[in-house]
Amino acid sequence: MKLLWLQSGGCGGCTLSWLGSEQGSLFRLLADEGIDILWHPSLSEACLDDARELIARCADGREPVDVLCIEGSLLRGPRGSGGFHRFGGGAKPMIDWVKQIAGRAKHVVAIGSCSAWGGITAAGINPTDACGLQYDGEAAGGLLGPEFRDSAGLPVINVAGCPPHPDWITETLAMLAHGSLRAEHLDDFGRPRFYADQLVHHGCPRNEYYEFKASAEKHSDQGCLMEQLGCKGTQAHADCNQRLWNGEGSCLRGGYACIRCTEPGFEEPGHAFESTPKVAGIPIGLPADMPKAWFIALAALSKSATPARVRENATADHQLRAPSVKRSKK
Amino acid sequence: MSTRRIVGPFNRVEGDLEVTLDIDAGRVVAAYVNSPLYRGFEQILQGKLPADALVLVPRICGICSVAQSAAAALALADAAGIVPPPNGRHAANLTLAAENLADHLTHFYLFFMPDFAREEYKSRRWYHGAAERFRATVGSAPNEVLPARARFMQSMGLLAGKWPHTLAVQAGGSTRPLQSSEVFRLHRILREFRGFLERTTFGAPLEEFAALTGRAQLDAWRDQAQEGDLRRFLAIADDLGLWGLGRGTERYMSYGCYALDEGRLFAPGVWHEGRRLALDVGAIAEDTAHSWYAATGRPQHPAEGGTLPVADKEGAYSWCKSPRLGGQVVETGALARQAVAGHPLVRDILADGGGSVAARVVARLLEITLVLPQMEAWLDRIVPGEPWCITAQPADETAGVGLIEAARGSLGHWLTVRRGRIHNYQIIAPTTWNFSPRDAAGQPGALEQALAGLAASADGQLPAAIHHVVRSFDPCMVCTVH
Repeated sequence: MKLLWLQSGGCGGCTLSWLGSEQGSLFRLLADEGIDILWHPSLSEACLDDARELIARCADGREPVDVLCIEGSLLRGPRGSGGFHRFGGGAKPMIDWVKQIAGRAKHVVAIGSCSAWGGITAAGINPTDACGLQYDGEAAGGLLGPEFRDSAGLPVINVAGCPPHPDWITETLAMLAHGSLRAEHLDDFGRPRFYADQLVHHGCPRNEYYEFKASAEKHSDQGCLMEQLGCKGTQAHADCNQRLWNGEGSCLRGGYACIRCTEPGFEEPGHAFESTPKVAGIPIGLPADMPKAWFIALAALSKSATPARVRENATADHQLRAPSVKRSKK
Repeated sequence: MSTRRIVGPFNRVEGDLEVTLDIDAGRVVAAYVNSPLYRGFEQILQGKLPADALVLVPRICGICSVAQSAAAALALADAAGIVPPPNGRHAANLTLAAENLADHLTHFYLFFMPDFAREEYKSRRWYHGAAERFRATVGSAPNEVLPARARFMQSMGLLAGKWPHTLAVQAGGSTRPLQSSEVFRLHRILREFRGFLERTTFGAPLEEFAALTGRAQLDAWRDQAQEGDLRRFLAIADDLGLWGLGRGTERYMSYGCYALDEGRLFAPGVWHEGRRLALDVGAIAEDTAHSWYAATGRPQHPAEGGTLPVADKEGAYSWCKSPRLGGQVVETGALARQAVAGHPLVRDILADGGGSVAARVVARLLEITLVLPQMEAWLDRIVPGEPWCITAQPADETAGVGLIEAARGSLGHWLTVRRGRIHNYQIIAPTTWNFSPRDAAGQPGALEQALAGLAASADGQLPAAIHHVVRSFDPCMVCTVH
């Protein structure tokens, strides 16, 4: 499977995340799965005229591309010209190269939330008119339009995340290489369901604190981050606390909020990222599929049932009380 | 009559780079460096809550992500008038050091060395070995380095939750309290990384290389054994004359980094003509004469600077601004950092032949041997149970500065807060210094100077030497323009 990877309005962090893959050497893994990198801006030897010649061949069909991976937002500005990003060495805007090659590639994959939805580059006043390949925030559209389908009938595959986990990228590409990725494997936003059908909350090590609404009050506290510190792990689609990052990490394990970076529009939450907005003391963002009245009732009940151990440990940066030891009554 | 060539994309530079070369009689007579991508972070940040900068700025750059976080955290701490507790400071140093060392390794093995596998070098006696070892993606070295690097980056899982793009680095310290078994696991990660470096990269104990004091000693060290990729590079460097290639401005700047009880592990300053000078941060100004931004009259200090893109500006050729220190072009990076900090090997190299491709590469690897033992020491000083993070809100009307050293050089954030919102946020990244376009006075940037005079043909393949010079700066183009 011939893979072409291009970068546009992003930070390169998706590639750097990918390089942290912990399944042995990433390069050998890809070769072993039958994935052949035609060109990647950070990894390939070819550059200058050789690279431009290759890209031109991909664009006019002389070089078949099985998978086009795009990392970074697509920059339509200024004034629709695409001039905020030209592919080095020529006058043509990157968005024109992307449109041309996407029209010929067998599959198109958005690597990261920038190329999926616009992402961080579209935050604030969105100075570059950044969008995703097939979405502009939550709205279908983007650079390629809502009707875009590849030759196999798939929309753009959105490996969303800021950055995505290395294995989300690898597993998606391997599914394509094996010919096993079908439309039913993608969720409503085109994300591979193998990671997007989970919630970040699943596997959170702070779960006992969550159960009792024993909340952290400040950074470095051990308690649940949902009530005060902006955590959206109960709503965000991803398997971060099951798959784990860089060995045994995740945002919540690192002590800070999930900012739902796999979701469209995460860059503009409408409140401070690390503080939970509330109405009448109730967090606005409720856990996925949770009826509000039940959430309020359960929260009140669990708060009153909180063991002293859990309550005290929640606002400390180390364990003040260990779970008690019980002996069997023999 | 010179011929003009526009060449790009230079890849393996982290981002987008294009260079225009004026070539006459087989030589580059003038080079113009262009960053062809603009994203507008300084515009995005305006009007945001100050603390939200910690979500936005790491996403300027996937490879200097923690450095961007650290600069923002310092600026916010400065604005709030707070200092993190000792555990928080050690964690910040460890996190930044982990990124910087991983970046040095990534640069050497994935970005820089693959150029010696080019066909152009087929007749060199070292070619076969170098191509087998360093060729992009298939060489034996990158395939050994990736797993070792991934294991080392597990330190980020423990210290920062993940990499890149953490929120663990806060103005008041770290969000991640470590307990004793996590400290032990970090200790194991550092030990394994040391083992890898000593076996594979240096073929020697780190302290042995760190103790070298001059070029002559370095040559003797190279000849005393066969092991290690650094020795392979040194042999190539001698054969190709890389010690005399890519001389820059010979004026070096470092903000200094890794906060200790007193001062910083690597001191700030300027190194010029064999003397260390104090760094006057007030003398920094950004010129936009040849950049696609609205004219500002005269160059502005970043605390007063602005960013308003103008795509069709006459005479402009880059989205990069031209920062200058007291009107002078300076070079920044590991070579500058170690020259200013006073490492005898680096100072001797500069006294001997000045800055060069080989000098920049050796300084970067030297820094790995200096910083990893420090990481081991910082880890020993962590006291589980002591505080990690303090809380503070910046005032509604305030300002702050965060100056730090990323792997590739000096990174500065200048923040102004009005009515509780970010009024202005200006960033000068390392490669903004190194790869700037000309200023109003016509002074070329550091890379533009380093490229002038190199051999180049007006039509055929560009010599690999040009690639070596460009990549020797370890450019990060996504940071450059942000």
